[in-house]
Amino acid sequence: MTRGDKQRADHEQQRQRLLQQLRNCDRRTFLSLAGRYAAMTVATGVVAPHSFQLVEFVYAATPETKPEVAFRLAYISDTHLFSKGMTHRFAKAALTAVEDVNALDPQPDFVLFGGDLAQLGQADELALGQQILKEVKAPLKVMVGEHDWYFDLGEKWRELFGQPTYSWDHKGVHFVVLNSVVEKDFWTAKGMTPMQRMVTVAGLDNARQSRFEVGAEQRNWLAKDLAKVDKKTPLVVFSHSPLYKYYRDWNFWTDDAEDVQKLLFPFAKVTVIHGHTHQLLTNRIKNISFHGMLSTAWPWPYAPSGLPKLTIQMDRTDPFDQFDGCGNGTIDVRKDGPVNKNYALWSRNPLTVAYDTISASKAAAKGPSY
Amino acid sequence: MRMGFIIMLAVGMLVGGLVWEGKDRPLHIQTVEASDWMTRTVTACDRRKTVIVEGARPDLPLPPAKAQQVAALLQDLMRFCTAEVHARLTTQEEIFLSVNGLPYQRYVMGQDPPLVLVHGKPHSPREMQIWAAEYKNMVEEGNKLFHDSTLGKNGISCDMCHPNASNTHPETYPKFQTQLKSMALLRDMINWCLENPLEGAKLTDNDPKMKAIEAYILDQRKGVAIEAGKH
Repeated sequence: MTRGDKQRADHEQQRQRLLQQLRNCDRRTFLSLAGRYAAMTVATGVVAPHSFQLVEFVYAATPETKPEVAFRLAYISDTHLFSKGMTHRFAKAALTAVEDVNALDPQPDFVLFGGDLAQLGQADELALGQQILKEVKAPLKVMVGEHDWYFDLGEKWRELFGQPTYSWDHKGVHFVVLNSVVEKDFWTAKGMTPMQRMVTVAGLDNARQSRFEVGAEQRNWLAKDLAKVDKKTPLVVFSHSPLYKYYRDWNFWTDDAEDVQKLLFPFAKVTVIHGHTHQLLTNRIKNISFHGMLSTAWPWPYAPSGLPKLTIQMDRTDPFDQFDGCGNGTIDVRKDGPVNKNYALWSRNPLTVAYDTISASKAAAKGPSY
Repeated sequence: MRMGFIIMLAVGMLVGGLVWEGKDRPLHIQTVEASDWMTRTVTACDRRKTVIVEGARPDLPLPPAKAQQVAALLQDLMRFCTAEVHARLTTQEEIFLSVNGLPYQRYVMGQDPPLVLVHGKPHSPREMQIWAAEYKNMVEEGNKLFHDSTLGKNGISCDMCHPNASNTHPETYPKFQTQLKSMALLRDMINWCLENPLEGAKLTDNDPKMKAIEAYILDQRKGVAIEAGKH
């Protein structure tokens, strides 16, 4: 059992005990219990992610209204592996995530890898990633990220993992995986080598690259793919970059996001799960809920502007703790279609962003600036 | 100051009236001609540069040629930046300057002002260009190092956690860095990052690389609101 697991198991146990007591309690008892919970949080020595526990409590205090979960998925994302073998700190972190999802009981129906398996798209980085991901016990679905792609434009990645765009049905839900990190050719005119191109795309705060997009080809494919799907069928779309416009300068961005969203609007229940941003991130546009995935390698700070107001912000992470702000997580697909997103932060309390709270569309409190 | 001029004006009119009376001319304040003792003040948009035009009626617009001259003078005075400057433009077209309340000194437009007024020469455009270029060089050098994974040994570079030097908060140093259990300057934290996440060697305080990294961080964070945090 990993350190993170142990911590979470302890926490879960204490929390369940407390939730038992919460049934039928009045407001005053509730508040006192919430206080005790906060004290318990302090006592466990982990950093509270935010003042989110109370929101969870409101939700948990009325268990009879909690919609049943149909099935659970897990994710690992943004491992950014270097060609330095299993002893590199990012490789060890990726292995921790694999242990985490393998320890889940019951096991998830499948595990999604959210992209950026490699750091600089090198063949041995991708091979190392494949080797680590082979350890995952549950069925695995792999998505591509820009760090995997721009050294050889996806040649090695496709050899290892197949096509980057695909869809399937699972227990009444239609799943789609997109390659949302397509960039217009900025390298030929500048005479860049493959490595220069890769390093440019790998950087966040340079203006030398194009912006991410899904592109007309995949949008056409998506339109055709979705034409076969009943509008009442719940949709879950996985993309590496957020399928909305968050912060252009760091490519926390998909340039044709609106065009992709238009294809998703006709469906009743749509969830987009994305990687790339390495942080807690929540958004909602009309019927589409968006959730970010955690990275196992490092957390990104929040961008200076454009942060979706629903996002419950992670406090600044502790640079002295390699695992702070990192982690993996699970996705609970409810029987009625929407999902609850669980963030398993390695050095903090686990946090759930429930569909009920985001569909109420209340802006979260403003967090610290970065 | 302006009120002072209004009072001076009132006194002047009174005296002038008496003079006219002495010359057996009727007392008609309304039709008074412009005289040496009349002034009109014009203040620049920064409210710090004022030209006192001697011999101009305060209640009428300046003649176009005079207005041009005043505008040119105000434009010229703008190089005193934030200083409070009063310029007297005499009827003989001489200029006297008072900078930040110092006594009036003769001044020729476009030339260096008397040293007594500015405590040294103002910066020339050439000097400012050189300084800006030097600044840019150092920040650019820091920018390169900040994005250079060869500073460390494991492929990691500073920008991977700190795009645009975000989350570095240089303005909060010196501070007691609880995790180091000691007071720290920004360079101590840079060295900590070089040794730990980057698994490299630290830089000496005088290393030009260290100075350049600091310059880049400070440049990127200039103007960002200060907000103390836990880390």
